[in-house]
Amino acid sequence: MKIAVCVKQVPDTWAEKRLRPADSLLDRESAEGVLNELDEYAVEEALKIQEAHGGEVTIVSMGPERAVETIRKALSMGADAGIHIVDDALSGSDALATSAVLAGVLKDRGFDLIIFGSESTDARMSVVPAMVSERLGLPQLTFAQKVDVNGGTITIERQTDYGFDSVEASSPVVVSVVEKINEPRYPSFKGIMAAKKKPLETLSVADAGVAAGSVGTGAAWSVVADFAARPPKAAGTIVNDEGAGGVKIAEFLATNKII
Amino acid sequence: MRMYSGNPDVPDDVFRDVLIQIRDFVRTRVIPRENEIMSTDEIPADLRAQIADMGLFGFAIPQEWGGLGLDLVQDVELAMELGYTSLSVRSMVGTNNGIAGQVLVDFGSKEQKSRWLPGIASGEIVASFALTEPGAGSNPASLRTTATPDGDGWIINGSKQYITNAPNANLFIVFARVRAQTDKDPGIAVFLVPGEAAGIEVGPHDHKMGQEGSRTADVNFSNVHVGADALVGEDGDAGYRAALTSLARGRIHIAGLAVGTAQRALDESVSYAASATQGGVAIGDFQLVQAMIADMQTGVMAGRALAREAALAYQTGEDRRIAPSVAKLYCTEMVGKVADLAVQVHGGMGYMREVAVERIYRDVRLLRLYEGTSEIQRLIIGAGLVKSAKRKLGS
Ligand SMILES: Cc1cc2nc3c(=O)[nH]c(=O)nc-3n(C[C@H](O)[C@H](O)[C@H](O)COP(=O)(O)OP(=O)(O)OC[C@H]3O[C@@H](n4cnc5c(N)ncnc54)[C@H](O)[C@@H]3O)c2cc1C
Repeated sequence: MKIAVCVKQVPDTWAEKRLRPADSLLDRESAEGVLNELDEYAVEEALKIQEAHGGEVTIVSMGPERAVETIRKALSMGADAGIHIVDDALSGSDALATSAVLAGVLKDRGFDLIIFGSESTDARMSVVPAMVSERLGLPQLTFAQKVDVNGGTITIERQTDYGFDSVEASSPVVVSVVEKINEPRYPSFKGIMAAKKKPLETLSVADAGVAAGSVGTGAAWSVVADFAARPPKAAGTIVNDEGAGGVKIAEFLATNKII
Repeated sequence: MRMYSGNPDVPDDVFRDVLIQIRDFVRTRVIPRENEIMSTDEIPADLRAQIADMGLFGFAIPQEWGGLGLDLVQDVELAMELGYTSLSVRSMVGTNNGIAGQVLVDFGSKEQKSRWLPGIASGEIVASFALTEPGAGSNPASLRTTATPDGDGWIINGSKQYITNAPNANLFIVFARVRAQTDKDPGIAVFLVPGEAAGIEVGPHDHKMGQEGSRTADVNFSNVHVGADALVGEDGDAGYRAALTSLARGRIHIAGLAVGTAQRALDESVSYAASATQGGVAIGDFQLVQAMIADMQTGVMAGRALAREAALAYQTGEDRRIAPSVAKLYCTEMVGKVADLAVQVHGGMGYMREVAVERIYRDVRLLRLYEGTSEIQRLIIGAGLVKSAKRKLGS
């Protein structure tokens, strides 16, 4: 089974994020870059499937120079090879452009299974897996909390408000996973050593078969017109309850037109 | 002249990733479970499994034998990360990588290494270092456990105490007397004794002041028979030298741990000082509290610089005697003061169980006792300096 896992480098979830005044883009230098948390689950699931069914796991990531650290992390968990799409033209790409580039790289490589985390912690849109499957004309099995591989049939379980959906498709398919699916492994020290020697392909936008003009800030379908820092939290009002606390709360709520 | 050109087995870029990983592991997987470790007096099995899978049981064991092969310059950086959480977690992997494992690495034969080291590196084998005896702690040269020749092997008799990881040890590195002690010759040899050997009795685990999750116990050897291949080093002399070498290296590791724990106590204190209030004022706004924090920060930075310096001097061979003792003495005393201040900054809260600094206060007390008490470090430093001055005068 040939498996691809698409991963993204995101600013550390706990770090304070800033936008760059010059172009209103996320200042990726301002915070430590880490492997998007949900993508770790995607890598883990790929490795589990590989352990059970054999095959090869390739990590695919589009991102600046330093996103290679993220690919390395996935390789140190046990994946076999990496593909890094890095190009100055890509800066500021929106989800549509990202999906075009990923699809361009993924197609014709014979992957049976393409796995994504269901969202990135920086953009939180959850659209790229669906966009990629649409571009590739593949079935999409999204938000999986369980994946079963049975020959060429892939079945996933998705939790919904009313129960479980069981969705099935024949490979090749695109799957996105949620964090319930597994517990990502920690890379071993041996894995870290081995990762340095694993094959890593570096591609440009042109290599992905995508026109440079159709990606990046210029081609984005949405732009940030303006932004401002969140105002500091204002001091709250402290009401000492001397018997009339309930009334005071009701008055407060009424003044703020909440009741 | 100092020449340190890095560790060829673990280049800087690999080591960087290892450190990032350990830091992340400590912060996301161990810290949330500190109180569980404390209240159960046990490292949870799943955490131990992760630690073993990662390779932490063999970080200082050479790659040839299945370990990661960190040198001491790197080891001390790792120690600073491990020191940031419950010290019992470090203790679980500490004997394998440190005092016990290094005796094999430095003094074992090829056969001995290939028999034991791969299992030690993977964590399948837990190795314990059995030197201390009642009445022979600071002065191990006076130990009374004996090994007497028997056919082509040896018979070991005696009692050890406070032996870390003894309750689940698969291998004891046992120091025993083979000759009477003289001025020139301590007469001590070191033996590799499998944990399942007949005649070994491990006592109930000790009830300690801190470091819950790490176990020590008495170990009794009565007529324990081991083969000739159990003796470390060709002659009987290697033993005591092994103990001293292993301990000197370990002292720098402990200095690193102390710095890591001091950093944690400091971080806990700073965030507490910034958020806790008295009369509506953050306690961190009181200058007397700021002074405590300043003293803590100063101790941490001085300790960190010293631990790194000592590791470098050890690694290059420049100083393997004075510097390890200096680093252990300063850093473990420093963390004692820092932990005390941390409790002070926390006020009554600092005296309560499940508050990190309360645990730290107890955990770090041990660092000034084992692997040479502070007094013993002072003796090594002072006597060492005077001795070399005398030698210079004499020549
Ligand atoms: C939790 C724990 C884990 C341990 N793990 C191990 C282990 O895995 N393996 C092992 O072999 N040992 C282990 N030890 C033993 C430890 O190394 C000894 O306790 C330590 O060396 C001190 O020896 P002692 O307890 O006999 O104290 P003593 O040597 O009796 O010390 C008592 C006091 O006298 C002072 N003193 C002693 N001699 C002198 C001197 N010549 N000059 C000035 N002052 C002196 C000491 O500094 C101390 O203040 C452990 C101990 C503890 C508490």
